[in-house]
Amino acid sequence: MNRDGIALWLTPFLARPIALAGLCVLLAMVIAAAFAPWLAPYDPYAIDPVSRLMPPDAVHWFGTDQFGRDTLSRAIYSARMALLIGAGVVFFALITGIPVGVLSALFPRLGHVLMRIVDVLMAFPSLLLALGLIVILGPSVANSILAIGAGFMTTTTRIIYGLALRLRAETYVEASRSMGSGTWWLVTRHILPNLISPLLVQASFVFAFAQLGAASLDFLGLGAPPDIPSWGNMLAESRTFITRAPWLLFFPGMLIVLTAFSLNLVGDALRDRLDPRFRDVFGGEG
Amino acid sequence: MWSYALKRAGATAVTLWAASVIIFAFIHVIPGDPIYVLLGDTATPDQIDRLRHELGLDQPIVVQYLQWAGHALTGDLGRSIFFQAPVASVIADGAETSILLATMTMVWVVLIGVPIGTIAAVRHGTWLDQGLSGAAMFFASVPTFWVGLYLILIFAATLGWLPSSGYPSIFEGGLGNLRYLLLPSLTLAAPNAALILRLTRASMLDVAREDYVRTARAKGIRPWQVVRRHILRNALLTVVSAFGFTFAALMSEAVVTETVFALPGIGRLVVQSILRRDYPVIQGIILVIVVIYLIINLLVDLAYRLLDPRVELQ
Repeated sequence: MNRDGIALWLTPFLARPIALAGLCVLLAMVIAAAFAPWLAPYDPYAIDPVSRLMPPDAVHWFGTDQFGRDTLSRAIYSARMALLIGAGVVFFALITGIPVGVLSALFPRLGHVLMRIVDVLMAFPSLLLALGLIVILGPSVANSILAIGAGFMTTTTRIIYGLALRLRAETYVEASRSMGSGTWWLVTRHILPNLISPLLVQASFVFAFAQLGAASLDFLGLGAPPDIPSWGNMLAESRTFITRAPWLLFFPGMLIVLTAFSLNLVGDALRDRLDPRFRDVFGGEG
Repeated sequence: MWSYALKRAGATAVTLWAASVIIFAFIHVIPGDPIYVLLGDTATPDQIDRLRHELGLDQPIVVQYLQWAGHALTGDLGRSIFFQAPVASVIADGAETSILLATMTMVWVVLIGVPIGTIAAVRHGTWLDQGLSGAAMFFASVPTFWVGLYLILIFAATLGWLPSSGYPSIFEGGLGNLRYLLLPSLTLAAPNAALILRLTRASMLDVAREDYVRTARAKGIRPWQVVRRHILRNALLTVVSAFGFTFAALMSEAVVTETVFALPGIGRLVVQSILRRDYPVIQGIILVIVVIYLIINLLVDLAYRLLDPRVELQ
């Protein structure tokens, strides 16, 4: 992307300070995940029986949990799991949604069948679908990604299908086709490049809601193994000490909210700069 | 209208059939022989053979599906391994809690989402709108169980105003028992009310741009009347069409909410059944919820057509 392109992407953020703040929060999260060992003041696994359930103070900024582990350090390490789950779910939704959606739009007969299958999968409420898959696959980090991703695969496919149908009807695509362009050429030269910006919008929303889905699975004890630091796991553990140690409830929850909220802000800002033809595909808000 | 209704009902039936194949397959793709899954590790070979025959698992897979689907149609969803009782009755036991919880939640969603969304739309662009819209986006970004835990911490543990867990039936303890569902329904309502608020606001702003709204204003109808009769009425059509989606979100979030508040509903039953490896119950609940969800979607679709004659023309 050249400099003009970058400027174009930054405009919606500069016009809206709150969206810029959201972008900064996400950047901070990426930094926290990348440099966790240097940023975390303590070992997130280190047990210290003497300082159990200590409220936040100068030594432990976010307090300690029932094993005396430093909450701040665990919260920082948890950013890794949040990014992994979010990126994994987005990747899964796109890697399945793009081929199915684009091919369905280009080949109506195939599309008819594939879209009916998508309809059927959409008959399952997302967390229920995720729970069913977890039962089959067993709980683990990778399976959380698959289970949550399955729910977003359907909505993403629908959106890509809608976008690709519109693109296919564009005059320049018709022209290119009438001049003898093959499917591969049409897809790589005309359809995929035009899908990038709407998919970026979709990706930020999927990333946000994947955080909430993963937190739910962790909370139910059906997500990441309990010893792995994740905000959902930290909240699940905090439940027992809710009155004695409310800080254990506050910090991880706040971080989930902050992440999802920032992603929603970024998604909204990106959507507003989107080509007007595509805006209504995402429904609601103008 | 009728031909459309029939067509949509037919499509729903086809979707349901396809979904039922997936749900049927569920118990067969769980790693391991379904018989061992059903009986556990301690079963004797004799028991295994008997159950295999009883369940018809020695039959071809298509016959098995037809038998299962036939039973499901008559309300027989198999037997729970844990409860040693019919799945249908186990689910029915949880139905009261879940239906009441869903109903109360929808009441909150409509009571909170629509009026506040209207206020935000009428005052759009002001600090009030920005504050309300910001709050809505915040609640749409909050994990449901976190809200629930905070409500427990504040209203149950600290203030002691409301119970924090459980739900005794209203048929035994009277309507006063609904207070057990107050915090859970508010928890469940938070993200969904936020969604309806955003939707009400957005669709009101869309409708406000229509010509007939300008005409109404030009005729000298009082501003509040224009909002109520011309804008809100038409904007609510979009909101009604979102109820199907809201219901699906509700079903998902109820699983977590019922677990947080230890409510004896269907959502918590799913989680417990997963931990107990009570597969017939999981299968039965998924089937029941998919059926309800498809029916609600069908009804929402038909209601939308009835409410908005323009749709038929398109």
